[in-house]
Amino acid sequence: MSGIRVLVGTRKGAFLLTSDGKRARWDVSGPHFGGWEIYHLKGSPVDPNRLYASQSTSWFGQMIQRSNDGGKTWETVGNKFVYDGVPGTHLWYDGTPRPWEFTRVWHLEPSLTDPDTVYAGIQDAALFRSIDGGQAWQELPGLRGHSSAPSWQPGAGGLCLHTILLDPSHPERIFIAISAAGVFRTDDVGKTWRPMNRGLRSEQIPDPNAEVGHCVHRIAMHRSRPSVLFMQKHWDVMRSDDAGESWREISGNLPTDFGFPIDVHAHEPDTIYVVPIKSDSEHYLPDGKLRVYRSRTGGHEWEALTKGLPQRDCYVNVLRDAMAVDSLDPCGVYFGTTGGQVYVSADAGDSWAAIVRDLPSVVSVEVQTLP
Amino acid sequence: MIRVVLPAHLRTLAHLDGEVKLDVEGRATQRSVLDALEACYPALRGTIRDHVTQQRRPFVRFFACERDLSHEPPDAPLPDAVATGAEPLLVVGAMAGGA
Repeated sequence: MSGIRVLVGTRKGAFLLTSDGKRARWDVSGPHFGGWEIYHLKGSPVDPNRLYASQSTSWFGQMIQRSNDGGKTWETVGNKFVYDGVPGTHLWYDGTPRPWEFTRVWHLEPSLTDPDTVYAGIQDAALFRSIDGGQAWQELPGLRGHSSAPSWQPGAGGLCLHTILLDPSHPERIFIAISAAGVFRTDDVGKTWRPMNRGLRSEQIPDPNAEVGHCVHRIAMHRSRPSVLFMQKHWDVMRSDDAGESWREISGNLPTDFGFPIDVHAHEPDTIYVVPIKSDSEHYLPDGKLRVYRSRTGGHEWEALTKGLPQRDCYVNVLRDAMAVDSLDPCGVYFGTTGGQVYVSADAGDSWAAIVRDLPSVVSVEVQTLP
Repeated sequence: MIRVVLPAHLRTLAHLDGEVKLDVEGRATQRSVLDALEACYPALRGTIRDHVTQQRRPFVRFFACERDLSHEPPDAPLPDAVATGAEPLLVVGAMAGGA
């Protein structure tokens, strides 16, 4: 029977949650790297025992950890993220130029074909790649070389490159998203990039056709249909049917279209999930109810999924990297909260159960479906 | 022989118990001691001082012989008691509140 391994990054360490294909009984391993912030950890699609983890603190900076045995043991690998050439400047919150400065790795995206190749999205926003299992990191400088880069400004969480989507149909195509610059796409493995933000509307930007400056919180795709992208923006849930060339709003009947994560069902490319949050000034759930919303029509029409989730006095948040799906049938859906709960639905969202309730605040959730 | 005491998180990273004993060539300074420390324990590179600028990270401090040496130049000699191994160099994570 297949197994499931859930990789949970929290403010105070990493946890690995494992189960068989029924997804009813869980073993909890951790904390790994106790006391450190684990922004993200993720496994290689071609070697599920190869895991990468981003470990950091304000005191001692950034570490990258690698496991070759599914998280039983870990080794530190390279942590030297140096911008290519003279870094230049972006804009600070007050509109003044500010030199690019490395803060942390937000997201690690292992290659679809090579377990030793892994991409890192960092703050201040840049894309790095390692081709030797995380030992050495090189920037793909074409992104920050885009003419708009000096005008990029940080979102509230910093100028972070938080999403990396590798296109399984076009090996040279990568999508990334930056708060608050927007979506960019390369079709030549990072040499050149184009902003992909046409159709996005952001109240804070006077120019309705602004090429960059959009606070994209997350984008997602289905492997079978990579030209269709879904986006949770600061406000608005959006969809692109042309690989990011243009976007249209699909917020429909959501109670609020502010939120962070968005993900796609493993077997139904038009079934998507979001967790609406009350507003950008409150950052907690509306009405004290934890509700995942599912659309089975690719947007516009949404249903609240509440069975097994707290429906009173709940004021947590679900961060952008804290939702994932497995590839079993029925599809499993997982998310973690800032209150330390990790929930699983083994029936595509119809019902939910907490795997754990009292972890440190959850930053990221990834899922591996094991043979 | 130079003795160095690291904070708990860095001992864990370097798989260390207790204090570190280092042979340092030449004069004992912050730079020469940290060079020797990082050579023995590469996992510590970038955790005490910046990879590129080699400047002390803001929340890391250096103490020895009941003195705060954090703002001493990196090439200034460490106290004789540290250079002779009578006293350790303390690498300290600054006390700071927060989450």
